[in-house]
Amino acid sequence: MNVNGRPAEHEPAPGQCLRTHLREQGWFGVKKGCDTGDCGACTVHVDGQPVHSCIYPARRAVGHEVTTIEGLSGSEAAAGDDLHPVQRCFLQGQAFQCGFCTAGMVMTAAALPEEHAHDLPEALKGNLCRCTGYRPIADALRGTVPPVQSAEGPVGTDVPAPAGPDVVTGRARYTLDVEVPGALHAVLARSPHPSAWIRSVDAAPALAVPGVVTVLTWQDSPDVAYSTARHENREDDPDDTLLFDRTVRFAGQRVAAVVAETRAAAEEGCRRLVVDYDVLPAVFDPRAAIAPGAPLVHGDKADVAEALARRIHDPAQNMAAHISSRIGDLDAGLARAAETVELSFGVQRVQHVALETHAAIAWPEGEGVVVRSSTQVPFLTRDALCRLFDLPRDAVRVVSGRVGGGFGGKQEMFTEDVVTLAALRTGRPVQLEFTREEQFIATSTRHPMEITVRAGADADGALTALEVRVLSNTGAYGNHGAGVLFHSCGESIALYNCPVKHVEAVAAYTHTVPAGAFRGYGMSQTAFAIESTLDELARRLGLDPVELRRRNVVHPGDPMISIAGSHPDVDLHSYGLTECLDLVEAALDSGRGEPVPTGPGWSTGRGVGITMLDSSPPRGHVATARLVRGEDGGYTLFVGTAEFGNGTTTVHAQLAAAGLGTTADAIRVVSSDTALTGHDTGAFGSTGTMVAGAATLRAAQAMAALVESGAEGRLETEGRADGTPRTVAFAVHGLRVAVRAETGEIRVLQSVQAVDAGTVLNPRQLRGQVEGGATQALGAALHEHVDVDGTGQVTTRTLRNYHVPALGDVPATEVFFARTDDPLGPLGAKPMSEAPFNPVAPALGNAVRDATGVRLTRLPFTADRVHAALRAERLQHQTH
Amino acid sequence: MDLGTVEEFAPAALGEWQPGDAWLAGGTWLFSEPQPQLRRLLDLQAFGWPPLTAGDDGLEIAATCTLTELARYAAPAEWPAAALFRRCCEALLGSFKVRSLATVGGNLCLALPAGPMTALAAALDGVCTLWAADGTQRSVRASEFVTGNGTNVLRPGELLRSVHLPASALRSEMAFRRTSLSPHGRSAALVIGRRDGAGAVLTVTAATVRPVQLRFDRLPDAEELAAALDAAALPWHDDVHGLPAWRAHMTGLLAEDVRAELAR
Repeated sequence: MNVNGRPAEHEPAPGQCLRTHLREQGWFGVKKGCDTGDCGACTVHVDGQPVHSCIYPARRAVGHEVTTIEGLSGSEAAAGDDLHPVQRCFLQGQAFQCGFCTAGMVMTAAALPEEHAHDLPEALKGNLCRCTGYRPIADALRGTVPPVQSAEGPVGTDVPAPAGPDVVTGRARYTLDVEVPGALHAVLARSPHPSAWIRSVDAAPALAVPGVVTVLTWQDSPDVAYSTARHENREDDPDDTLLFDRTVRFAGQRVAAVVAETRAAAEEGCRRLVVDYDVLPAVFDPRAAIAPGAPLVHGDKADVAEALARRIHDPAQNMAAHISSRIGDLDAGLARAAETVELSFGVQRVQHVALETHAAIAWPEGEGVVVRSSTQVPFLTRDALCRLFDLPRDAVRVVSGRVGGGFGGKQEMFTEDVVTLAALRTGRPVQLEFTREEQFIATSTRHPMEITVRAGADADGALTALEVRVLSNTGAYGNHGAGVLFHSCGESIALYNCPVKHVEAVAAYTHTVPAGAFRGYGMSQTAFAIESTLDELARRLGLDPVELRRRNVVHPGDPMISIAGSHPDVDLHSYGLTECLDLVEAALDSGRGEPVPTGPGWSTGRGVGITMLDSSPPRGHVATARLVRGEDGGYTLFVGTAEFGNGTTTVHAQLAAAGLGTTADAIRVVSSDTALTGHDTGAFGSTGTMVAGAATLRAAQAMAALVESGAEGRLETEGRADGTPRTVAFAVHGLRVAVRAETGEIRVLQSVQAVDAGTVLNPRQLRGQVEGGATQALGAALHEHVDVDGTGQVTTRTLRNYHVPALGDVPATEVFFARTDDPLGPLGAKPMSEAPFNPVAPALGNAVRDATGVRLTRLPFTADRVHAALRAERLQHQTH
Repeated sequence: MDLGTVEEFAPAALGEWQPGDAWLAGGTWLFSEPQPQLRRLLDLQAFGWPPLTAGDDGLEIAATCTLTELARYAAPAEWPAAALFRRCCEALLGSFKVRSLATVGGNLCLALPAGPMTALAAALDGVCTLWAADGTQRSVRASEFVTGNGTNVLRPGELLRSVHLPASALRSEMAFRRTSLSPHGRSAALVIGRRDGAGAVLTVTAATVRPVQLRFDRLPDAEELAAALDAAALPWHDDVHGLPAWRAHMTGLLAEDVRAELAR
């Protein structure tokens, strides 16, 4: 076998797939995304034909010519300007965010057979991108890259991502794209039972497997409880998790790690491990879980003092968190209403499906360890590891390479604790890479919620009462359970003026895969319920649904009220909501979009969803940036925050350039390494620009002052930001749809989103964030669902059974920016990474209601479910 | 994915098979799921079967013929039903990069309800030739090869050698309809109708756990078709790619579309 013109270093193993064979020879441009032939990130050419190398038997490639992304342009040592035409298109169009899918996209497009070139949706159905929403990819492939916005200065321009040349050539280094000589492989043995007590683990048969070095079980676990969730304030999450727990609380929970010289040996060791389980009763439904007599998920922590110390609301009732807030007199408010609507909604589990799975590699260094991980929060992970293993801060260094997508899923510690334990025990480097199946069964999902909303308004449409009841299923562990619950009852309610607001909310423990942080952090669930209810209320009052909302939304000067005591440091420091609504309505009126499908039975409708987002998480979010001017006058910016496709590296270079009065390409940005900057909370809660960017700007302004004062030689400045006080950002989504009741099909004819992100620092990147968020949300609203069966097992374990949007599945979203300027944000900017996800599902539900007269209340709206719901409604009408 | 338990990669040969072996065709499914029971892969390419052999009596498709080879087959004009080849190949959930490796035999043996090669072979009255480990051969109608969701008539060590499509079926008029929950998703209902001098046959796959054929001595009218579908009490499939009630409903709609097209 020749790889990129060079003879392969060795024969592949008999059962090896081509991807692994290539990666073990250092061709790291070949990515492992799904490992099942569904995502295309591993695409290479065999004798010029594109193949998914993860399902290509490596032995079959012997005697053939293999080309990877590294060899595409004909020269392995290709400089940035020696690119294949497809690479050039991707670079020119910035057709990537995290870039994990890019090599596979490029390799597929570069060898597209003629017969497929004219049907991109069909040609690219085996190439998934989770970040971009595909519009820039389609543009790059069609050669219709929009012109770059030009403006004076570094801000407000389409500065390209500094990593672009590395991303399109496969040189960008993600977590495991490093050679660590002598690294061992850890594989986790997982419980088949949702609820059990481990009587014993017999590791001897596993240790007898040649190559197995050690087996780690509950007996090796530090006796320190923690949460996999990471927040600035550790105490935001309950201490309900152990590295290896003797009690099993969900099917898929890790019970042991087998560490071996090869992954195959570690897998065999897992199969040989003998775990004796005492299987216990389990509860999967959140309503059943909080009923008296239910099996307790954390019954071992039910003692009141213990629960208090661990910050669990009530383990004896399976309640991880609880909110009860009553502002105003509900009965009086409802009595004053001319119309009242009460609706119950179900919002499903969805998975992040970042294309790079959770992965980490740790190696001992001095008295401590270095951990290279796919994380949004290197500093918080460092602190958690220090606490867990009782190590000083300087003994643990956490770094991340380029991170292949996050979406909230990597605001958790799922791998770093295991590799650290294993590296400390063995004294050798240890890596752990989750399979796609493990992502589904044993990491985290969006919190599924049952939500009931009761809303009343007077005849003019002014709200008189708003009641929201939420039952959130946090699964077996409370990671993000409380935070998501509080956030779900935050801005979605504070958005509206109403004298009466009642909230009752519970996060229930169940014996199911834990839920965690997911883009939107609880808001996508409640926004769906509240925005749908208000739309329904308007229709019953004979008012336009957007008009009803215009009459009730907060304006500058209005207090922000959701649950008592929340949002103390939040204010409407800038306000673009009215402009966003105008932009969306004008776009929907424009006549643009796809034509209504021909054929019988299609009805059309339009709908709008509105969401507001506080500009950073509550209770503190700290960022540090360090700017160094070298002896040669070159600038290097060290930031703590992580780059996972959100584009912050670009924005940081722009902000530093703005502060220094130079251009972005003069700044080299180094990110996410705990050894290089002071503490940084990390990249979550839409803080990459708002908080970390502010730190960068301050460092740059301080540097500019130093330079101004005539300082010479090597200079260094630091900037810090703490994310308070806070402002808000808005996102408004509009959809026009066609629905065919006979088949349940929904076609999106037009998708538009207007956002209030303050000063737009980088229009192309901002557009990309909105397009990507809207597409991910359309996927969640139309297709995606993680299913848990009646025995607690996750049944959707592969990408072929969990459908994320492909290129042909969703239309491009038209994106508009409100012209605002926020006094709190860096150079007037506001955050816009989570917000675009939130208003999409209610816009869709409202559009379907408009088209069919039927209110759909349970996500997702797959054709089979929509068909069933419409038919049930029809039958009900006939019987009345 | 890597199949870590596989210790040997050997050319396939008759009489070689033993427990722990798997016949390797394209590998696109075999390498897409953990296979901890396997110790050896027997590479069917070693047989060197010609992918497609046309004769007066029809078309012989080797089990190792890839979907792309089949889709690109230039059929003689008197075989209009060969237009199904491309339609069925593109009905595969996998991309063109999978279709260039995945084989007709592999798709049949996988026996998924949505298997488009099962649909094709059944609809065109294909006959499967099976080779047992001891070298004996038997023939099975393609419509009876798949017996349920993931099950087929193969015995341990037996392999699918080829599918023969009779010329009579290839000469007939056909109509094809499919639906799925997303534009390029896994087929949730796939209906193929065929009409020739001997009558009409409707083949339903994807919506049902195994292929079901309804035969008529002449093309039915809409009511007759609906009644026949009702009376057949089809074994509807239930998974994430479509609720059974919806599959049943869509099958009715697609079948009527197919019937109407054949009636034109």
